[in-house]
Formats: sequence, C-alpha cells, structure tokens
Amino acid sequence: MTAENIANPKITVPKIIVRDLNFYYGDYRALKDINLSIAEKMVTAFIGPSGCGKSTLLRTFNRMYQLYPKQKATGEILLDGANILDKKQDLNMLRARIGMVFQKPTPFPMSIYDNIAFGVKLYESLSKNDMDERVEWALRKAALWTEAKDKLKQSGTGLSGGQQQRLCIARAIAVKPQVLLLDEPTSALDPISTAHIEKLIDELKEDFTIVIVTHNMQQAARVSDYTAYMYLGDLIEFGDTSTVFTNPKRKETEDYITGRFG
Amino acid sequence: MLSLYTRRRIINAVGLAISMLAMAFGLFWLCWILWTLLEHGLPALTPLVFAQMTPPPGSGGGLLNAIAGSLAMTLVGTLIGTPIGILAGTYLAEFGQRGWLAPITRFINDVLLSAPSIVIGLFVYEIYVVHVKHFSGWAGALALSIIVIPIVIRTTENMLRLVPTTLREAAAALGAPQWKIINFVTLRAARAGIITGVMLAIARISGETAPLLFTALNNQFWSSNMDQPMANLPVVIFQFAMSPYEDWQKLAWAGALLITLSVLTLNILARVLFQQKAASH
Repeated sequence: MTAENIANPKITVPKIIVRDLNFYYGDYRALKDINLSIAEKMVTAFIGPSGCGKSTLLRTFNRMYQLYPKQKATGEILLDGANILDKKQDLNMLRARIGMVFQKPTPFPMSIYDNIAFGVKLYESLSKNDMDERVEWALRKAALWTEAKDKLKQSGTGLSGGQQQRLCIARAIAVKPQVLLLDEPTSALDPISTAHIEKLIDELKEDFTIVIVTHNMQQAARVSDYTAYMYLGDLIEFGDTSTVFTNPKRKETEDYITGRFG
Repeated sequence: MLSLYTRRRIINAVGLAISMLAMAFGLFWLCWILWTLLEHGLPALTPLVFAQMTPPPGSGGGLLNAIAGSLAMTLVGTLIGTPIGILAGTYLAEFGQRGWLAPITRFINDVLLSAPSIVIGLFVYEIYVVHVKHFSGWAGALALSIIVIPIVIRTTENMLRLVPTTLREAAAALGAPQWKIINFVTLRAARAGIITGVMLAIARISGETAPLLFTALNNQFWSSNMDQPMANLPVVIFQFAMSPYEDWQKLAWAGALLITLSVLTLNILARVLFQQKAASH
C-alpha cells in the first residue's frame, strides 16, 4: 500500500502540505517519507504510541528542531505553497506565523501582562492602549480573562497549572499566528482544566489552523476533524476523524484505537 | 541469621550515627571558632573601631581606614568581576553546546576556581605592581576581581542550565531572536541564583589576605586614593595579630569578628534569597 492512498482524505483548502518528509536525529531516521495535508481552520490530531514520531513531525512545522545541531529534516513542507524547510526561510518570521504550546506549561518569569506582550512586541509596535486591548483579546480568547484581569501585574508563574497552560495559549495566539501547534497540551492537567482547553480548541479553530499531538484517543476523537495515526516513524493512516475511529482502513490503526495494541 | 529487614535497620542506625558524628565534628570547630572570635572580639569592638584610624602601637585607635579600604576594593573587585563572569557564564550555558572554545574555557575556569589566592596576588604583583612601581588599591581590586570571575562564571552557567529547555523553546516558538530569549527569559529565570553566586563571591573576597598582601599592601592613614597603597581588614588583622602589642592584637580580634559577621550575613542572605526563589516555583 502506498502512502498516497491512505493519506488522502478530501482536503479542499490545505494550509500545510507535507511531501516526502524524512527526519533524522543524528543517524536515526525518526520520520519516514511522510505525506499529508493539514486543512485550513480545522483541527488535525496526531496519535500513536510513544516514540512514533508525532511530536517530531509537529516540531518540523516551526523548525523547532533547528535549536539542536544534530537534527535535520529533508523533503518539503509547504505553508501556503512556500517550502518552509528552504534555507532562505527566515526562522523567526516563520515562528511568528506558527505558534506552539508545549506539554508542560511554560510561563516566562514575568507578569501575566508581559508574558503576552513579550511575543507581540517582537513584531509589532503598539501603543499602550492597543497593547492593553491585545492582551485582553488574547486572554478572553484563551478563556482566562475573568480569572486574570485583576492580577495582570502578578507573576505568570503564580497561576495554577491549568491557568498557566491557558496563559501559554493566550501568549501564542496574541501574535495572531495562522497555525497553532499543540504538543500534548493537556497531558499535565487535571480533567477540569483539560475540558476547558478542549472547549477552547473548538472555539479557536474559527480563526486558526490547529494541529494537536495527543496521547489521549478520546481527546483526539472529541476535538479533531482529521486524525493521523503514526507508528515507528511511518504515517499508517490519515483521514476524517470519524472514519479513522469508526471504520479504520488499516488493521494496525484498529488495534491501536481499540486498545489491543501493545 | 538476622532477617533482611533487621539487618537493614541496623545498617541504617550505624550509618545515621556516623553521619551525625561527622556533622557534630564539623559543627564543633565552627562553634569553637565563633566562640573564640566573640570572646576576644566583642570586648574590643567599641564604637571607636568605626571612628578612628589604625593607630601606632601604644595609642588608641580604630579600623576605619581598613574598613573603608576593604569596602572600596571589594566593591571595585565585584564591579569588575561580575559583568565578565555573567557574560562568560552565559556564553558557556547558552552557546557552549558546540565547538571547542567552551570546553576549554570551562576547564581553565575550573583551574582558576581552585587556584591558591596567593598565586593570584603574585600574578597581579608581577603584571601590575612591578610596572607602576608601587602598591595600590587598584591592584588589590584587580586581584580580588580575578577571584570573583571564576565563581560568578560557574554559578551563572549552573543556574542557566537549571532553566528548563522548554522555556527556551517556548520563547523561540514565538519567533524571539536568541539575544532576546537570553536577556528576557533565561537570565531572568536564573536571576536569583546568579545574585546568590555574586553574594557568595563577595563573601569569599572580603576575607582574602594573600592577594592583597602583594597588591594593596597597607596604609596607616586614611586614603581615598585607589592609586595609593590602601588599608584593608585582612592585612591589618595579619599585621596586628602578629605584633607584640596588646592594643594592636585587640584591634585584630575586632577586625576578625567584623569580617566573620559580614561573611556570615552575606551567606545567610544568599541562602534566604535562593530559598525564596525555590519556593516560588
């Protein structure tokens, strides 16, 4: 079976197109000839057992791997038609367009306000008023405004884990990126905070293209429109979430989502 | 045959007893030192100590010029050493993953960290004092700064390495250039630890005698000119304590107590500061 016929759901408006992507940690090949498309203003979930390459794939979209000397990617990743793996692509400009939220909440050691203003200031010079509005907009979008509006000057590290993660989401969307990468955003959170964030993902997809890596299959089923199942660096199956979960084409996918795997 | 569990309990009790003894042994000397210092130093620590200059033998006096000299040289030494140390430590932690320069710098820094301070004193004597042909406060401050640098480099690097990689990634993911990530995120996250390191470095140099013996030497009188030989507590203590005059010896005790108390205060402050930081995480 070739990659094409399992990785080809009907995506009419692709935001990102991945072509023949290979990824190496030193000599180890962690992604093998990945081909898939990410639909604009939809939620795409990557699932699979630990070490299958789903986070690695996510981290190629903003070239996060480039912080580390021994990691490299070959192939093409087209963002709106332009190859972001091209050496000419400016890294910081790319990352301004593609936001990312990590597994562990990562508030910066500064006030809640400054946490959000930090990213905005990198690429826009706003007046005090406009910045205030932007901060409020981002916090409202991230459903943190009511809890945080009275302590904007307090340190972001003083918030609870779930609030910190929503602060990180607010920080990521404040710069108005086009794509939002979520790397297991709820795995360190309790069920209530998780529900908050899942609801948020649903609202955010009106404005952003979202790619989420998750270990939690129910979560993938709940929040995503498309699901990709990966195993040992291969993309095994990619399709509509409902199809992948109810009527998977591949036996491996079925075994994994029904829990018979491993 | 004892049961495994009983044996483990016995080994535990023996280990604990040995550890407690070792702790008591160390603490015993520390308490004795403090007690002796307080016993001899407290009676000698009169207000006059802070008001008068070091006297000739046989007449009353204080340590004002030595205290002022020590403060001045410690301050200048810290001001020179801290920025260099923080910059080098930042280089090692943030850029030191690749290349050959960082491991070599780190190795040399470790050597410098454990270099005997008298060697540093002789070094500054050779490269500075010999050329200007007189002892001076600047030379003393320079020697002290050479002691500060490796301490600050080491703590800065260690503290920056404690900052989680995900924090750097998070800042990079926003499109921040590396200098902004370092200035506004990682250095800020490591701030309390770095300040602690600087305070420990100050504590270390405020008691150093050997590097000052060859550089600042001493001065009987008040001197605010850093280009002249400068009085300082450690050398005054050294000189006065070795002298046969009782009033000089008393002043030496007072000076020793002063240094010990300030070093103790600095250490406690550094500890409190670092713990507050740890608690806020």
